[in-house]
Amino acid sequence: MPEPSQDSGAKTDTVLRTLLVALLVSLVCSSFVASAAVVLKPRQVENAILEMRRNILVVAGLWAPEAGVDELFESVEPRVVDLETGAYAEDIDPETYDPVEAAKDPASSVRVPSEIDIAKVGRRAKHALVYLVRRDGEVSKIILPISGYGLWSTLYGFLALEADGNTVSDITFYAHGETPGLGDFIVKPEWRELWRGKRAFDDSGALELQVVKGRVSANDPLAEYHVDGVSGATLTGNGVSNMMKYWLGDHGYGPFLKNIEGGGES
Amino acid sequence: MSPTAKRALLQPIVDENPVTLHVLGICSALAVTTSLLPSLYMCVALTAVAAFSNAAVSAIRHVLPSSIRIIVQMTIIASLVIVVDESLQAFAFETSRELSVFVGLIITNCIVLGRTESFASKNPVGLSFLDGIGNGLGYSTILILVATSRELLGAGTLLGYTILPNVADGGWYKPNGMMLLPPSAFFVIGLIIWAVRTWKAEQVEKPDFRIHEVHRTEAL
Amino acid sequence: MGSYVELFIKAVFVENLALSFFLGMCTFLAVSKRIETALGLGAAVVAVQLITVPANTFLYKYVLDEGALAWAGLPDIDLSFLGLVTYIGVIAAMVQILEMVLDKYFPPLFHALGIYLPLITVNCAILGGTLFSVRRDYTMGESIVYGIGSGFGWALALVALAGIREKLKYSDVPAGLQGLGITFIIVGLMSLGFMAFAGIQL
Repeated sequence: MPEPSQDSGAKTDTVLRTLLVALLVSLVCSSFVASAAVVLKPRQVENAILEMRRNILVVAGLWAPEAGVDELFESVEPRVVDLETGAYAEDIDPETYDPVEAAKDPASSVRVPSEIDIAKVGRRAKHALVYLVRRDGEVSKIILPISGYGLWSTLYGFLALEADGNTVSDITFYAHGETPGLGDFIVKPEWRELWRGKRAFDDSGALELQVVKGRVSANDPLAEYHVDGVSGATLTGNGVSNMMKYWLGDHGYGPFLKNIEGGGES
Repeated sequence: MSPTAKRALLQPIVDENPVTLHVLGICSALAVTTSLLPSLYMCVALTAVAAFSNAAVSAIRHVLPSSIRIIVQMTIIASLVIVVDESLQAFAFETSRELSVFVGLIITNCIVLGRTESFASKNPVGLSFLDGIGNGLGYSTILILVATSRELLGAGTLLGYTILPNVADGGWYKPNGMMLLPPSAFFVIGLIIWAVRTWKAEQVEKPDFRIHEVHRTEAL
Repeated sequence: MGSYVELFIKAVFVENLALSFFLGMCTFLAVSKRIETALGLGAAVVAVQLITVPANTFLYKYVLDEGALAWAGLPDIDLSFLGLVTYIGVIAAMVQILEMVLDKYFPPLFHALGIYLPLITVNCAILGGTLFSVRRDYTMGESIVYGIGSGFGWALALVALAGIREKLKYSDVPAGLQGLGITFIIVGLMSLGFMAFAGIQL
């Protein structure tokens, strides 16, 4: 908006005053904002960690609202996995490793080649943070973080597998922007129930786990690898299938799960 | 309370409603109203920002040079919004994720900037504060009406509690899926406007032109 | 290249800022009475988006983000909380510059746009476009394409609405719905129509 012209006498006064007011306002506002940000940051970080732990406990079937999150989380052991080899990376500390940050850094991440990037992941970190649930010292469940594109949004969730690295125990999505009333079937307990007991890989090691269109038919020879889709929300279901295909495939946790199956170190 | 104060506080609820009369603050009114709880958080956030930014702008109205007036107002509003956003993340984490982009958009919410520009820059601090609250209340009224209809008819729940038992859970109510889709917010607001203008005829807009009937007997 | 085309098409149709995310509604509903003004404002919005989305994405990546200042030897600083204020500042500055450029080099366009040019500063669609680009971590190339695409999508919706409203002038709309009321319902229907684009993959 063009400034109204002032006579030269008042002009210096206006320019000086303008600068002064601008400076003061910036100072006051920025200190106000900065102090709020600094004071509240620890709480926000704590909230984020608590929320993530709660999600992991839910998918592991350990969640009880009355109990403390930290207490329950003691049976969960985070481990860092080198996705290329499938082996545990002992030199990276799982307590401080952040795969989301690592995915942004070219040194610690890889770009997923577009031919295999069916889940539209884009970049992923070279190392993943997985969670092992232990009961009486033995590994009872393996929790794998998964993400991929649905219909409208990126879905973020966890896949829980039994100790054999093949049988599905549960699947949860803690963040999504799918169509309410349609695509959000992925968070409904009834649909999650359908995954329990399904297997990911068949006897020859081929990946068969996917969400089908409509109901799994009774005569389906691959019924133990197929999960019912929801009519009207096929594309969200396809998104989930693509996530399975990518993350359980050779560019994702495939090598890691093969190691587990082969009785690798735990 | 003085009559001017009362007017500043109560008029924006129906007579001078920012959403249905002045066409301000529409974006968030449509986007967050799929369920009632995030809408309530949004109402509180907007009312707080409107009230305090009005007060702040009013406090410096005599020393604020005209050339940087808009930018300064926006800086003040933006700072308040950031503090609200950070507070939400600290104290209501789940909701903050749902509201994400839309809390940031309070900065460009036409209601807030509209009132700081047209009211707070010309009125004393106390009155401006009340005006901010009043407009926040007007906005909240519309938001609550829309969110209630959309959540109730779209999911059968209110604030998460089941009011109309869902067919999927053995009840009788088949949720109206369209109510959960964004376009339904437009329809609901359109109907609210119709209702309000039928009640308050002075808000009706005059049509640009009307085709007049010609009586044949006159023409002959 | 293909992914840029897909990003553009998605920004215009599938994720239309006006009809899918309802951003910039205030100006959208107010300026849509006549096609000429709609075209002028639409063009201005595209111009502003084209500049501000990449500029703000650049600022976020290299100045504000946690660790972004590593190139200056300050890898531990996290200025992301200054995001909103910075973006608004950039947008306001760009709109002011655009105004001055138009006034100097394209006076007829400047006069035709009149008051709507400064109104772009407070158009939530502009800020929204920036916020989406930052949140989705677009590369510089992607942010340019997204900037043009999102601006164009908003402009397209605006001109379409203006066209419908002009046609509606001869209709017999009930008194209470006249003007704003019927416009809301029309936009609702347009928005439903745009939902048909969901899930399109190229």
